[in-house]
Amino acid sequence: MTRGRRLHPALSGVLGILVLVLLWEGYKLIGPEKGWLVGKTRVLPRASDLAMPHVSTMISRLFEPTVGASTPPLWQTVLKAAIKSLGIAGVGWAVGTIIGLTLAMLMQRFVTARSAILPWVVLSQTVPLIAIAPLVRRWGAQLHLGSLQWHDWMSVSFIASYLAFFPVAIGALRGLASPAAAHTDLMRVYGASNWQVLRSLRFPAAVPYLLPALRLGAASAVIGTVVAEVSIGLRGGIGRMIIEYAQAASADPAKPWAPIGAAVLIGLVAASVVGLLGWCLRDYQRGENNA
Amino acid sequence: MTTTSSDSAATAVSVRGLRRVFPVRGRPDVVALDGIDLDVAPGEFVSLIGPSGCGKSTLMRLVADLDDPTTGTIAVFGKTPRRARLDHDFGVAFQQSALLPWRTVSRNIALPLELAKVDSGEVKRRIGELLDMVGLSQFGDHYPDQLSGGMQQRVAIARSLAERPKLLLMDEPFGALDEMTRERMQTELARIAGESGAAVILVTHSIPEAAFLSDRVVVMSPRPGRIVDVVDVGLGDQKERTEDLREASGFFEAVKRIREALHGVEGAAPKAAEQR
Ligand SMILES: Nc1ncnc2c1ncn2[C@@H]1O[C@H](COP(=O)(O)OP(=O)(O)OP(=O)(O)O)[C@@H](O)[C@H]1O
Ligand SMILES: [Mg+2]
Repeated sequence: MTRGRRLHPALSGVLGILVLVLLWEGYKLIGPEKGWLVGKTRVLPRASDLAMPHVSTMISRLFEPTVGASTPPLWQTVLKAAIKSLGIAGVGWAVGTIIGLTLAMLMQRFVTARSAILPWVVLSQTVPLIAIAPLVRRWGAQLHLGSLQWHDWMSVSFIASYLAFFPVAIGALRGLASPAAAHTDLMRVYGASNWQVLRSLRFPAAVPYLLPALRLGAASAVIGTVVAEVSIGLRGGIGRMIIEYAQAASADPAKPWAPIGAAVLIGLVAASVVGLLGWCLRDYQRGENNA
Repeated sequence: MTTTSSDSAATAVSVRGLRRVFPVRGRPDVVALDGIDLDVAPGEFVSLIGPSGCGKSTLMRLVADLDDPTTGTIAVFGKTPRRARLDHDFGVAFQQSALLPWRTVSRNIALPLELAKVDSGEVKRRIGELLDMVGLSQFGDHYPDQLSGGMQQRVAIARSLAERPKLLLMDEPFGALDEMTRERMQTELARIAGESGAAVILVTHSIPEAAFLSDRVVVMSPRPGRIVDVVDVGLGDQKERTEDLREASGFFEAVKRIREALHGVEGAAPKAAEQR
């Protein structure tokens, strides 16, 4: 446990956004209008209002109608898309976490499972996401599980879970194997069953390893969702929206920044959920000694 | 005191011809224990003392069924160590208190009872008794990281007593404590052992500790670990082992006898080293 008090997370978050806004506006103030080219390579971006609209313009754009006068304000449209993406990422994260934990439990319990599974777990992450997304969609479409119909959002969730399970599996494996011999001996002396050892010792001991893994998994799930939405072409989520709005940027330069901001927001919400989980599990992050 | 009767159920622990060899890759095997014969009567307090590496911890682990002998037999209340372990016949307290940091003091003490699926009302009552016994009634809701080393060790002792075992295995339980705390803990252990009527096997490096607490002190030689001497201390009933005893002439006499036995062993140590 760290005794020295760190900045409150919410406060440091606000501070971070403030610094970002200052940098943005500062660059607009001093940066060259046409950017800065060395040979044919642009090393500094254009500071024009087209490439970098004022922060105030972006914010006021949120309250203007999305496309035409009769459409809802931009923030509503973006929020709806963000919630959809967040839901998809959430499902992916949950599924990935369950799979990761299950694999970790198997690998911890059986040495053979460990040597059989672990290389594949590591290998799985070297497959490029963009490549598998359309494949997953195609396979999913051919899937018939009773009355269950495969939807495109499931493909996106699948890919999110594919990215999320990895840190969870690795973190949980380390955590489940972390109890000292003195503790496992103790459980043995008291005749604890495998299940009791898992519940009373291994899982609680794994919490400090699991929380960073879950945070990483959540971030991966969000990124995976946004990227997979684009590459599968799922409508209604934030991924497609970023692309669509970017294509219309020349006419409406402030518009694409709304879904980009929303993507950041999704990441923050995901991180807060894990933060809340950590707060609930704070007793499991205690040290053994006061010394 | 050493019974040779075949009725091993009448003894708390009975060890015969025990040998434990650890194979070490690329080097000759380590003979940690050889030819160990030992009987501990119910309610008896026996200390193991000897130079570092002579196999004291190994012997404790064998009795506790945390390790298997190479040859020889161990009976705990006439059963195999495994049976005795599964029957919860003994409690253990080792040098590291091995408390679970995420459990409060009460819940740490309750652990063996929970694992044995004792009903919660009974668990609650027993926790109260045990906290009283080790003088930590005020600290039931504290977490281990909020306690001093001595208090943590008392929690570990309370936990080892949770199921009222008739045998306690303790491996340097006070090793990490300062001299003052240590003496207080010894007095408490004498009282607790007397009250519970449990047999105790205690591993220690401290001659006064062994003299103060034990009915018998088993002196061991360096590798291969053998029993070279057994000193009968017999300073009377556990309940009479109070602070006054530390000033009594019988206590000094016992300290002297254990030291002599141990020095005989230490003197032999260089010879043993040469033989390797
Ligand atoms: N798992 C093991 N593998 C190999 N050798 C071991 C193992 N456990 C113990 N030994 C060896 O057995 C010998 C006895 O060890 P043990 O821990 O029982 O000694 P000890 O009397 O408890 O020493 P100390 O007083 O320092 O605690 C040592 O030489 C040790 O190196
Ligand atoms: Mg030892």
